[in-house]
Amino acid sequence: MLEIRNVTKVFNPGTVNEKVALNNFSLTLEDGDFVTVIGGNGAGKSTMMNAIAGVWAVDSGQIIIDGEDVTKLSEHKRAKFLGRVFQDPMTGTAATMGIEENLALAKRRGRRRTLRPGIGKKEREEYRELLKILGLGLEERLTSKVGLLSGGQRQALTLLMAALQKPKLLLLDEHTAALDPKTAAKVLETTEYIVNKDKLTTLMITHNMKDAITHGNRLIMLKDGKVILDIKGEEKKNLTVEELLHKFGEASGEEFTSDKAILG
Amino acid sequence: MNIMNLFSAMPGALAQGLIWGITAIGIYITFRILDIADLTVDGSLCTGGAVCIMMMLSGHNVFVSMLVATLAGMLTGLMTGIFHTFMGIPAILSGILTQLALYSVNLKIMGKSNQAINVDKYSLLVSLRYIKGVVFYKNSIFVVAVAIVLLVVILYWFFGTEYGCALRATGCNGNMSRAQGINTDFAKVVGLMISNGLVGLSGALLSQYQGFADINMGRGAIVIGLAAVIIGEAVFGKLFRNFGLKLIGVAFGSVVYYIVVQTVIWMGIDTDLLKLLSALVVAVFLAIPYWKGKYFRKPVVKKEERDNA
Repeated sequence: MLEIRNVTKVFNPGTVNEKVALNNFSLTLEDGDFVTVIGGNGAGKSTMMNAIAGVWAVDSGQIIIDGEDVTKLSEHKRAKFLGRVFQDPMTGTAATMGIEENLALAKRRGRRRTLRPGIGKKEREEYRELLKILGLGLEERLTSKVGLLSGGQRQALTLLMAALQKPKLLLLDEHTAALDPKTAAKVLETTEYIVNKDKLTTLMITHNMKDAITHGNRLIMLKDGKVILDIKGEEKKNLTVEELLHKFGEASGEEFTSDKAILG
Repeated sequence: MNIMNLFSAMPGALAQGLIWGITAIGIYITFRILDIADLTVDGSLCTGGAVCIMMMLSGHNVFVSMLVATLAGMLTGLMTGIFHTFMGIPAILSGILTQLALYSVNLKIMGKSNQAINVDKYSLLVSLRYIKGVVFYKNSIFVVAVAIVLLVVILYWFFGTEYGCALRATGCNGNMSRAQGINTDFAKVVGLMISNGLVGLSGALLSQYQGFADINMGRGAIVIGLAAVIIGEAVFGKLFRNFGLKLIGVAFGSVVYYIVVQTVIWMGIDTDLLKLLSALVVAVFLAIPYWKGKYFRKPVVKKEERDNA
């Protein structure tokens, strides 16, 4: 479903701030994989997401989604393959527009935007039903401006928007990091539901080791722009935090402090 | 100071205010919807006026002339859009560059710095002369008011379409828009073209109304337009929630501005000082939201400190 081949990305090349964010990075995801991604600060987790989403061009390597080479496609053209939820709840939605308008924008991802009405009459009912999944009462507030919603509500809505046009790949970039623990748990629960419902291929960055172990069928750990740990199948199912820390020590030759992971 | 003089100046102020209202609606689209302060308008207003007058002088129909003036305005928006998106120049600087370039272009269109048109020899749509003592449907106030209603209906429809929504999303949140597959660069260019098309149309009407196009007619247009947007929102904001009504409110804001200007002139102020006053008034109004946040926020932290002390 996703194939990243030998991708390298260097920020500020040739300056004192030079940073190799992705170092000959390769990763392949099978159809239906739900991969959790962990790693310390500056390990390249968000850079990997941005490389896939096409926020900027990579220096070398190839990115293939669903058999199509998207390496040279601009961000808005890749959008038809991707559903994205960001760390900052403000980033994923248009604050000055209504809940239904935001959903309608997401509904048209990957389609030509014409001079037909921005929201069809039937769509409203569809959105009302869809919002019920969240259990936040948003179905009664279809025309409310998204700017009035809380961070958790906005993240939940962004999730719904990301999955509305069944994406080839769902990218979750620490989407619960800015939320309080209770809201974060609720949003994760919704994530799990949405991913399972449509069998979405998913990449989820998290700073929480427990979440990384509980969710998904595969776990990767990044360090210095490379995958240093890749755990899947039965091994992933039986994984504990202690084991993960131990494995990290073996793979990288240094102690992995959970603090570092939390801050990252 | 004869109060009757003021009253007799009011219909003129109303007509002029409405014509500038179209410019203000254009500025609303860039400033409020796209979140870009577009300085192109200082040049594109004159471009619209110059094109319209020259077309009419060479024998074209008034409606054709106005259409071409609108298209010329759209071209100026395209130019700013290309500077901003394709060439990566900050929006404000892009507008300034286009504005400067248009000074030469406008001179070339007119051949000299001022071109007059005789209302008796050409059939103008609006004029200073069509304010009093004409049948209502020829009255410039009526004509411009109808034009504004038509434009607002079209804009209301457009910003409700799929593409219109994409344009609004672009101005609100570029990251989100790109993630939803919107080409934000293209959307910005389209927005700038619509905005400056309206400004060009406004310039075409203004030059007919005053009977000439002048190289300096657009100077400070952005400030007058912003004043109208701000006044419109301040005065009618609570009343008009609907997008279409907001646009009408902006046009009314422009009328209020011109009524205030007329009153100030009537009070005998030196007209050389008008632009200074306009700039200061707009500066203060732009500062109000900032001041509100900075000085009039509820002192949450301070209260806690007091409790601890």
